[in-house]
Amino acid sequence: MSDLGPVLVLAGGLSYEREVSLSSGRRVTDALTALGVDVQLVDIDAHLLPRLLNDPPAAIFLAVHGIEGEDGALRDALDLTGVPYVGATGSAARLAFDKPVAKAIVARAGLHTPPSVALQHAAFRDLGGPALLAQVVRQLGLPLVVKPARGGSALGVTVVRTAAELPAAMVGCYSYDNVALIEQYVAGVELAVSVIDDGTGPVSLPAVEIEPLSGTFDYAARYTAGMTEYHAPARLHPAQAAAAGAAAVLAHLTLGLRDLSRTDLIVDAEGQVHYLETNVAPGMTTTSLLPLAAAAAGLDLGTLCRDLLHHAVQRGQSRPGAM
Amino acid sequence: MDMSGGSRLDAYVDRYATRTHGMTTSEIRALFAVANRPEIIGMGGGSPCVSALPLDAIAEMTAKLISEQGAQALQYMGGQGDERLRELICTVMALEGISASPDDVIVTVGSQQALDIVSRIFLDPGDVVIAEAPSYVGALGTFTQYEADVVHVTMDDDGLVPEALRAAIADVAKSGRRAKFLYTVPNYHNPAGITLIEERRDEIIAICAEAGLLIVEDNPYGLLGFDGPPLPALRSRITDGILYLGSFSKTFAAGVRVGWVLAPPGVKEKLIMASEATTLCPVALSQYVVAEFLAHHPWQEQVKVFRELYRARRDACLEALEASFPPGSSWTHPTGGFYVWVTLPAGVDAKAMLPRAIQGRVAYVPGVGFYSDGQGTLNLRLAYSLPEPDRIREGVRRLAGVLAEELEIVATFSGQPTVRGGA
Repeated sequence: MSDLGPVLVLAGGLSYEREVSLSSGRRVTDALTALGVDVQLVDIDAHLLPRLLNDPPAAIFLAVHGIEGEDGALRDALDLTGVPYVGATGSAARLAFDKPVAKAIVARAGLHTPPSVALQHAAFRDLGGPALLAQVVRQLGLPLVVKPARGGSALGVTVVRTAAELPAAMVGCYSYDNVALIEQYVAGVELAVSVIDDGTGPVSLPAVEIEPLSGTFDYAARYTAGMTEYHAPARLHPAQAAAAGAAAVLAHLTLGLRDLSRTDLIVDAEGQVHYLETNVAPGMTTTSLLPLAAAAAGLDLGTLCRDLLHHAVQRGQSRPGAM
Repeated sequence: MDMSGGSRLDAYVDRYATRTHGMTTSEIRALFAVANRPEIIGMGGGSPCVSALPLDAIAEMTAKLISEQGAQALQYMGGQGDERLRELICTVMALEGISASPDDVIVTVGSQQALDIVSRIFLDPGDVVIAEAPSYVGALGTFTQYEADVVHVTMDDDGLVPEALRAAIADVAKSGRRAKFLYTVPNYHNPAGITLIEERRDEIIAICAEAGLLIVEDNPYGLLGFDGPPLPALRSRITDGILYLGSFSKTFAAGVRVGWVLAPPGVKEKLIMASEATTLCPVALSQYVVAEFLAHHPWQEQVKVFRELYRARRDACLEALEASFPPGSSWTHPTGGFYVWVTLPAGVDAKAMLPRAIQGRVAYVPGVGFYSDGQGTLNLRLAYSLPEPDRIREGVRRLAGVLAEELEIVATFSGQPTVRGGA
């Protein structure tokens, strides 16, 4: 048995990534159970808060993806209960989850990130949609990637190769979020670099190289086994691999994250590393990238999650006023 | 795990049959995972209102059944299904004018299995199935798995258009392909909510007979008409060249998974063998439960209860659409069944709008899933069978708000003048 005490894995919720989140939560729960941890998988609903107050667990592992788990609100609410949890604080998660904000922060820290604009629908409405889109294309060129400013799993994301495809991509994107990030498309090797900090400082795990067979790492390519070829560690020159790892750690630190994160990067033909986004509640499904990276590093997923929970408990105990 | 040489995370990826190529997860699945939560008014799935059943009486009946006939009800049985149930199924079909022998009935695990075994014995890869436009998504999925091509035929408010059927048959023949059957849901169509009018039924049958085209008549909703007695089934007019699919999912309980096929004798033998190869036998316990219910409960009164309940829900849905949907949208006016088929104003993509609807706490099924050829972007299906009338009104009101927002976005990018705040 583990000396950790009872823990909860939170998953589900009402975000569009509910199904992925439940899958992540089940996997983490199974991995912890296999180590003898007293763990329960719990959905996000009105029963949660009374439960945390009446019967607080030792710690919580957050496997809630999408707005509900990553925009900071749930984490702020957990802080109000005093129950320690694995992952970034609400304020840090809020910054990281907003892709345009995160891009701006990491760019100031020296990371390259593709040129982009972040526009609310109101801007197009007030300035004229076709005219503003034409100007975007003039400035950023083609192809482009249109993505919701906040969200994950590639939901609402479209790679736009001609100007004619742009209006439909914008409409589809605004169905997910009221801010659209329109970003220059960078061709190259697609990477996901996970960062872990169990209390000894953030370290990057081996980069996972993503090669979707369809050419686009969309929702189907992410969650249908067989549709994407993964290489872990990535087939990179050691210097490029080191640069990618350093970029992910720098993003993790600059965004003020803790415990774990996953940063998505592109390495272009010249070897330049481009920052795309950082996830504060990385997927934990069988096709998710952080577990693949952990496996490539020889780490057991359950042990990794248990160590992070221990770290969260210790952090909770060291908080002023903690019982 | 060493993945330096690359892994597709599926050790069997090079061994799958060709027919699995379309089997991928999708954004729509992710959205429906949320849509099933109680906070969302679900008008997507066509679930029957089983809470209107006399659940206590069914519980008592089932307990007695197991206590008195458990040795049979919990045992294997013949692949064709329980003889007593087949006799009772014939009395059900008689309500729609069908005269049939229990010997020609095969009990299946819901009519979905019936679709599967019919496809299995008739479809080779590249064969053509002719179906209404739109058509039942579960049938399209089955035809696709057997690598058949679906050719859609236009419907109007009176159902399948005979001239369009003639033209489709001719086009398929011209292309050198072989159309194996017409798949049709003539009553209270899923998803269109349309019923094939009496005047067209003989003509459709004659067109198929002339072309040597088998008819697969799928009729799960036939007893759930709101205006008078059920229309005589196509199968009531002919006995050859037609397979009839029935189901207890809508008239009793979807969870028992009991359906059936009525087939000509030669076809029947093949269907039984195909069914035995998939399930060995249909579920014995479910068959006994359905048979007991049909034999000892006033089940036709129960169907009346369902009819009145669904009529009230249909009315709520249509009234709410009338009150809140914007100009440029239109919808069908079903006289039975579960569904209203909505056509949205030009420029709106119902699939792209679904995330906004989920965020607005209402769910529907986008129309593209009901076509095999990419049509249906402007359409969505609303199922009124499960939510209470007040929830339906609220759901449609929410959807109207979602649509107003979407129209504003669409107008922005089409360069049309927009009205702030929408309708």
